Amino acid sequence: MKCAKCGGVAVIGMPQHRLNLCAEHFAEWVPSMVQRTIERYAMFTPNERILVAVSGGKDSLSLWEILVRLGYQTEGLYINLGITHEDYSDNSQRYAEAFAASHNLRLHVVNVRETYGQAIPDLARARKRGARACSACGTVKRHIMNRVAYEGGFAAIATGHQVDDEAATLLQNVLRWQAGYLLRQAPVLPSTHPKLARKVKPLCHLYERETAAYALVRGIEFVDQECPFSVNAKTIFYKGILNQLERRSPGTKMQFYLSFLQAREEGLFRREAPEVELAACRRCGQPTTAEELCAFCRLWETAPRAQSE
Amino acid sequence: MPTATIKYHKREWTVESGMTVRAAIEKIGLDPYAVLALRDKKLINDQTIIEPGDEIRLVNVISGG
Repeated sequence: MKCAKCGGVAVIGMPQHRLNLCAEHFAEWVPSMVQRTIERYAMFTPNERILVAVSGGKDSLSLWEILVRLGYQTEGLYINLGITHEDYSDNSQRYAEAFAASHNLRLHVVNVRETYGQAIPDLARARKRGARACSACGTVKRHIMNRVAYEGGFAAIATGHQVDDEAATLLQNVLRWQAGYLLRQAPVLPSTHPKLARKVKPLCHLYERETAAYALVRGIEFVDQECPFSVNAKTIFYKGILNQLERRSPGTKMQFYLSFLQAREEGLFRREAPEVELAACRRCGQPTTAEELCAFCRLWETAPRAQSE
Repeated sequence: MPTATIKYHKREWTVESGMTVRAAIEKIGLDPYAVLALRDKKLINDQTIIEPGDEIRLVNVISGG
């Protein structure tokens, strides 16, 4: 398999692009794809400060490295969720910190247990829905990302979601026709409130396989552990199904996602509903659609030893 | 029969050399879209022919998000 640019040995074949590239040209191609994605969706400009949410994994650390290479102003945020099984959270934090140190970048670290008194496994147990730790985790991460972005004056929060993440989420939402979720799935979620940060997904035109290959080619060390709560996660199951389709017909995942975005753009999922009014949460002050407490603060209400922010 | 080794997490397989990385991945029951292959710590494409004595490490590329 030869590189389409130089004829050298290719390290990766991307049938959906009919493109094979060597390490050197692949390492150039990926940032150019990301730059095009940033411009296509008007995600942010070089004058804006971006908060990159990093987990210590291949996608978020690759994203951070690419944005730095492209010359964007970035700082990182690592949220330690307090998952102690096989030292998962602390180990992931070490990868995020090592990356920031080696690239001379600023990393903000929020430790959920130290800040709020309890960690994700405690919250999951308190809800008696151990299998639904992912939902509590999502609420906690969204709240903290938004708080740090607002307090730090960042223009946007960038996350490492790639095509496989987006297509798997889309498949789950389509199977249940979750119109509300479909409306909110986009490469850019604009800020709808002064205290609500814009969210962007600059890797949303890359396959997960490509972000992993990029990390390997660029020597980015990332945590290879899977979150213990996600081992049987539906997302992995749906990604497997999408990969089966991809094997039969390369480009299916990308087409599925991009066609959805186009349909969304054309108003296929638009509802004739009034804009939802956002009010300040009575406890933390963050914008919420609820009348009193936001989803994050309600989460701690149900936890027996919850501490206020 | 000349062989090579494939390692993935804590598991290890012995495979015949002479086949492609992709064929070997399928033969041991893994999804070629879910892993990448490294030889001597360097990424190799899945059409690479496995040489006798090769030690190939597979890296998982699918995460739960």
